[in-house]
Amino acid sequence: MKTPSKTPSIVNWFTSREGLYYLALAALLVVILPLALDPFRLNMVGKYLTYAFVAIGLVMCWGKAGILSLGQGVFFGLGGYCMAMFLKLEASTPEATAIQSTPGIPDFMDWNQLTELPWFWEPFHSFSFTLLAVIGVPMLLAFVIGFAMFTRRVGGVYFAIITQAIAAILTILIIGQQGYTGGVNGITDLQTLMGWDIRTDAARTTLYFVCVAMLFLCLFVARFVQNRKLGRILVAMNAQENRVRFSGYDVAAFKIFVFCLAAAFAGIGGALFTLIVGFMSPSFIGIVASIEMVIFCALGGRLSILGAVYGALLVNAAKSGFSESFPELWPFAMGALFIGVVLAFPNGLAGLYQSYVMPLEERLFKRKPKAEAQPVSEPEPTPEARKPAVEAKEAREYDPMIEHYSPEKS
Amino acid sequence: MFDGYTSSELMSIFAMQGFAGLSLFSVFVLMAMGLAIIFGQMGVINMAHGEFMILGAYTTYLTSGFFQSYLPSLFGGYFFVAMILAFLICAALGALVEWLMIRRLYHRPLDTLLATWGLSLIMQQAYRSIFGAREVGVELPEWMMGAFQVTDLVELPINGLFVMIIALSIAVGVYLLMYRSGYGKKVRAVVQNRPMAEAVGINSAGIDRATFALGCGIAGIAGAAFTMIGSTGPSSGQAYIVDTFLVVVFGGAQSLIGTIVSAFGISQAQSTMEFFLSGSMAKVLTLLVVVGILMLRPEGLMALKVRR
Repeated sequence: MKTPSKTPSIVNWFTSREGLYYLALAALLVVILPLALDPFRLNMVGKYLTYAFVAIGLVMCWGKAGILSLGQGVFFGLGGYCMAMFLKLEASTPEATAIQSTPGIPDFMDWNQLTELPWFWEPFHSFSFTLLAVIGVPMLLAFVIGFAMFTRRVGGVYFAIITQAIAAILTILIIGQQGYTGGVNGITDLQTLMGWDIRTDAARTTLYFVCVAMLFLCLFVARFVQNRKLGRILVAMNAQENRVRFSGYDVAAFKIFVFCLAAAFAGIGGALFTLIVGFMSPSFIGIVASIEMVIFCALGGRLSILGAVYGALLVNAAKSGFSESFPELWPFAMGALFIGVVLAFPNGLAGLYQSYVMPLEERLFKRKPKAEAQPVSEPEPTPEARKPAVEAKEAREYDPMIEHYSPEKS
Repeated sequence: MFDGYTSSELMSIFAMQGFAGLSLFSVFVLMAMGLAIIFGQMGVINMAHGEFMILGAYTTYLTSGFFQSYLPSLFGGYFFVAMILAFLICAALGALVEWLMIRRLYHRPLDTLLATWGLSLIMQQAYRSIFGAREVGVELPEWMMGAFQVTDLVELPINGLFVMIIALSIAVGVYLLMYRSGYGKKVRAVVQNRPMAEAVGINSAGIDRATFALGCGIAGIAGAAFTMIGSTGPSSGQAYIVDTFLVVVFGGAQSLIGTIVSAFGISQAQSTMEFFLSGSMAKVLTLLVVVGILMLRPEGLMALKVRR
């Protein structure tokens, strides 16, 4: 990871407007929430944050490059399952599983009359392999899908439908192959990570901070990508794919790259999810879960990586809030959210922030420069401040499929 | 996988599974037909299509209840009334949705996808609140019960046959509408070249609305037919939606024949394999093959020849 570009020093960057937005998020996640919430709630926030990884990936993939994947749950799940397999193997030592007819294999395999560990479980005895697989397996699958689709110039709705079908396939497969995957219950009863009990409050708090640290790592990677020429090309590709192609860029390669990047983020999120929640099941992979991940990104603002974090936090917090008190109202709220975000504010909260709060901020900023530190406690998301003119313009006239209906422009 | 079966048994198995596949085929055709004309015409994927189908199914359920209580003498014919009602209600709701939502989003097909998904969530929950989470079934009129005995091993249920007949007549009807009527000519003109079609005076916005309403109406008929072979729950529509999308995309958008051929292929493959493998593996294999073929041939089986 590199430190932000074109700033003389990191310190300077942190006092810039964008740096302050990142600091505000850091203060919220590292100081305010841990102080304000009990360990149980904090653990839930950690769970929400794992979805933020997926949302950041979607911002890069969908918001910037215009590739809507309805199968991000697949990558989230693969990352999660890789981690769960490691933890499950650690939990099923021959001593701990002595009552089984075949000691030393996970309990659900024993229930399904398996007598030895399947070959693809073997490498997950190794922690370093698992860490590699958490990122590698989702990226590999994303590469295969992306390579097959993007080199044949499949995009838009077709791509969305096919990724959705892949989510369906993987879910059915996992549920169907109970002996190998744990079936519909998933992989449960995970206890320790390298001998360290992950179920205690202290461990969960530690995992929360690990999650926050990883989140910032991913944020900086995403920011690095978006601020480079690479990011420009992605945005340009979204607006005028053919022009980018005719300018000599290999559009397919860029699309594959960003899709793999999103998959890697989702995989990391999934692995952390398994650690924080303590199990993994097919219900986090399927069609419904995958499409919900899109709304995290859409609500936060599809062009803003920081917005995605707030979006994931808000939607998930609202979801548990509603499900606790009015379970029957949640689908209505969720449906309204989908329609509202799309129809009324396509740039999400970040867009609203940009058009309503930022002018206010600007006025404050002029009068007393230190007032900037205020947004710490604000629930609204903070988009990257120094958006270049190109992007600001694009945000105003956002129209990803412009080429379809305006022949005069191309 | 064919070990242990004699050839005559295999033939009967194929015939029975083939017929079971045919009722799946009918549902696919009915659902995919509506989806295909909407997708072909406007490039819009309607994620709430399954919920429109379920709306048709609940309409049929209510109509059958009404006939049972008030017009028991006419109960044998309630299905036809229900079908027409289902079509009208779904088409009206479709037109409303188009007017409120879809027409603002034509330039952003991906956003339409999300907005209609939101709609589907709302509709599903509405069914759950109104009709309860349990699945409901209708009582079949007497003439629809029973089965034809073709050979000793093969018998064909009448309700399945009836649904198939509906599916095929709707398919023929849609074909006639699209290729033998003035409306169809306009639709095809808009599909091929929207600005030119507008330039010669076709009201493309009106065509869009009519097409969306028609697609939803056909989904309603699909739902009415669906009640004849299965029970209806709030989320029954979602169970079919991915398969139906694949049917449409696999067949090649804008090609009705392609849609029917791919519906036939997918349903037959699935139901034949189901006998020999577990149900989930049959589905996984079918979907994998379809996705694989789509990756190699993204335009689908039968595509319009367009320069890209």
